[in-house]
Amino acid sequence: MTHDGKNERVVITGMGIICPLGHDVETMWQAVLAGKSGAAKTTIFDASTFPTTFSSEVKDYDFTKFTKNPNLHKDGNRGSKFAVGAAVQACKQAGIDVETDTPADGIDRKRMGIYLGAGEGAANHEAFFGAIAAGWDNQTNQMDWTKWAHTAAVEMKAMHELEQEANMPAAHIAMLTGARGPVRSCLTACAASTQSVGEATMIIRRGGADVVIAGGAHSMIHPLGITGFSRLTALSRRNDSPETASRPFSASRDGFVIGEGAAIVILESLDSAKKRGVKILAEVIGYGSSSDAFRITDMHEEGRGAIQAMTRALADAGISCGDVNYINTHGTSTSENDSIETKAIKAVFKEKAKNTPASSVKSTLGHLIGAAGAAELITCVLAIRDNIVPPTMNLNDPAPELDLDYVPNKPRKMQVDIAMNESFGFGGQNNVVIIKRFREN
Amino acid sequence: MNSARPQCTAYLTADDYRRVVITGLGAISPLGLTVNDMWAGLCAGACGIKKITAFDPAGFDCQLAGQVPDYKIQEYVPKSHRKAVKLMSKDIELAVVAAKEAMTDSGLVTKGIDPEKINVTPERMAINMGAGLISCDVVEMAPAVAASIADGKFDMRKWGKDGLDLVTPLWLLKYLPNMLACHIGIIHDIEGPSNTITCAEVAGYIAIAEAAEIIARGSSDIALAGGAESKINPVLIMRQCLIKRATTQHNDDSEAACRPFDAEASGSVFGDGGGIVVLENLDNAIKRGARIYAEIIGTGQSTSINPAYEHIESDGYGLTIAIENAIAQANISPKDIDLIIPHGVGIPQDDAAEAKAIEAAMGTETKRIPVWPTKSMLSNTGAACGGLDVIAAVCAMRDSLIPAAKNCTKKAAECNLNIVKEAVKADIRCILCCGYTYGGQTAAVILKKFEN
Repeated sequence: MTHDGKNERVVITGMGIICPLGHDVETMWQAVLAGKSGAAKTTIFDASTFPTTFSSEVKDYDFTKFTKNPNLHKDGNRGSKFAVGAAVQACKQAGIDVETDTPADGIDRKRMGIYLGAGEGAANHEAFFGAIAAGWDNQTNQMDWTKWAHTAAVEMKAMHELEQEANMPAAHIAMLTGARGPVRSCLTACAASTQSVGEATMIIRRGGADVVIAGGAHSMIHPLGITGFSRLTALSRRNDSPETASRPFSASRDGFVIGEGAAIVILESLDSAKKRGVKILAEVIGYGSSSDAFRITDMHEEGRGAIQAMTRALADAGISCGDVNYINTHGTSTSENDSIETKAIKAVFKEKAKNTPASSVKSTLGHLIGAAGAAELITCVLAIRDNIVPPTMNLNDPAPELDLDYVPNKPRKMQVDIAMNESFGFGGQNNVVIIKRFREN
Repeated sequence: MNSARPQCTAYLTADDYRRVVITGLGAISPLGLTVNDMWAGLCAGACGIKKITAFDPAGFDCQLAGQVPDYKIQEYVPKSHRKAVKLMSKDIELAVVAAKEAMTDSGLVTKGIDPEKINVTPERMAINMGAGLISCDVVEMAPAVAASIADGKFDMRKWGKDGLDLVTPLWLLKYLPNMLACHIGIIHDIEGPSNTITCAEVAGYIAIAEAAEIIARGSSDIALAGGAESKINPVLIMRQCLIKRATTQHNDDSEAACRPFDAEASGSVFGDGGGIVVLENLDNAIKRGARIYAEIIGTGQSTSINPAYEHIESDGYGLTIAIENAIAQANISPKDIDLIIPHGVGIPQDDAAEAKAIEAAMGTETKRIPVWPTKSMLSNTGAACGGLDVIAAVCAMRDSLIPAAKNCTKKAAECNLNIVKEAVKADIRCILCCGYTYGGQTAAVILKKFEN
């Protein structure tokens, strides 16, 4: 809260990303605009006999290049290590000193928080499956827990076990930055990092922190994750053409392409940003969260929750849908999401729906799950910066009832001042954040 | 319901933030299936920690846990959602059970309580659950693993070809942490803001704190908040053994196993639970004549920073900051605090750090303020423990009674806290609940007896 008792405006002053299309924001952005795909044969584990053999992996990433104290993070899970690289970049852009005991950036560490949408670390699958195999008696269909425990106690390693917990990326960012303000970690499936940005904005507005390091970090490219999504038939099986597999809104879409990564934004009160004299990249003006309350297995047919999240974000921003220049859709490339999301956009935007560009960068990045929302938010900031809307790639056969302007196959130069970022999670948790080109008044 | 208030949170002023009260309680714990059972057990110094029966624990260094009594989940789920019971892991069940009691207790009638008498607006209700990282049912997975053995070893290619298809199609949906909130949201038709906090052992407090913020800023009028977790899973028990947080000393002496702040403490004991409260904006509660248990007057948060992040830093500084922030928001001083419920897990170095953290925040009041740890009786229920402790606090306030701490027979040398030795009758106006987790996140919540 400002000194006159009014709420703070919240701006973005830094961004960082580790993703399948690069290990920095500009590389990622150029690849997205060029329509490149991050998808290829899965290499993290042997997925050659899985129904889906490809994914959108972060390649050749070395977190030790980003930090002077790599030892602090050596046990980190993939998500934790991605988060370190992304946070270092974001902090650097925002002029936040990391890894120094006496930072001279003018930010009180007690006023600096962390809010991540983060997922689990992968199990050590050899230990996990090995212990089950050791304990299971196929004849009796019984588990001998003593045998299981004997193997598990030897094969499972303490730090690897600890790093499976979802709050670990937040622990690493705290060690990295020295942040001592509010620290939270949430996991609302595919909507997690949009939620983290939204709730972190609310913390700053009320005066609970001056700065929050927000975003997401996640990798579900592990045997159990891929097994789970495969059994749900949620993943594309276009094994002969990974790079064209993510095709949101097209008639031939057959599922999402799983990705991984971390995306971090520095959220800051306008007051603090001005005092520090740092460059303001955009303003966060609206946030809406909702719950479908419908079914565990399906989105609400009419997109009730998605509609509510959009409507609430617009109301929070105090704008009408006609003010939105660009919608960065959830656009997963699953049959259900893309069709219901289209319906929901039509219900909210009405006659403006068809004239509001709505694209999906998941066609290039893949679906970063917990990190997806924040990665996509970064593309919204860049769309505003460069006045260009990123494309929905692989959209050559639009489904007949999906008739919005999805910005097919090539980016579009146009004025973008306000962008809406949508994320919808499995189970029906929905989040929408709206950002705006920063202007003093 | 104050629909006239501005919807843009950007334009709120300090005066626009609304007061938040607790109007419903729900607890499933090792001491029983209801709030009353838990409170009666706590008052009697009962212990919910026993030898594990959910699986044969003989091969585990720690063979103890806080198990909840048997229940039939079908009895807690309305007909309309009964098919979905097969998609519920134990964590989800515990949350569903606690949510039903909390909702019923509040007098609010949702679709899940009685679809004929609904008296809430679904769009104005929020849900904020603390959840653990749910570990899958190893036995459920076993036939698929057994089909994937080649040359006596697990073979990933075989798994992809043969094992994977033996995994039940909706398997993943049982284990996503956000499913606690999703099931409860469906049962009670909660269509407002929904979040899942995954900050391990401090998740419950953070979920309650965030839900209070959501109501305070006007994004909802009512919220179900708290957490649930089932720690009694071989993978999770093994994990706590490996990171050396579980006691291995009392396998034949379960009642004495968990010893917060005691000189003989040797580690924590883990368990199952669900602790959920109904939060409500004060105007809403008054208008409908609700029973108001307490007001949430302050919350605070921070983090420990410790390279050995399975423990908190030795001076507990991150917890001190969280407590100080909560006190500042509550606009009170340590003099006003009548009771502290600490995290108190029974791990010597963490208890010592917590004691220092509380002492640093409470200063000279440390000697006076009664401190009542509950985990010696309830066990460490992970994401559930914040909700359970808030409920215990509310009960203490309601009955003007602080039960005795259990198993703190001789205080640890570094602990200067005033651990409650014997039950005391006392007028309790302000209670500080605080907690932290491996990984570092810390939180504090301050409850006040309601006065208009």
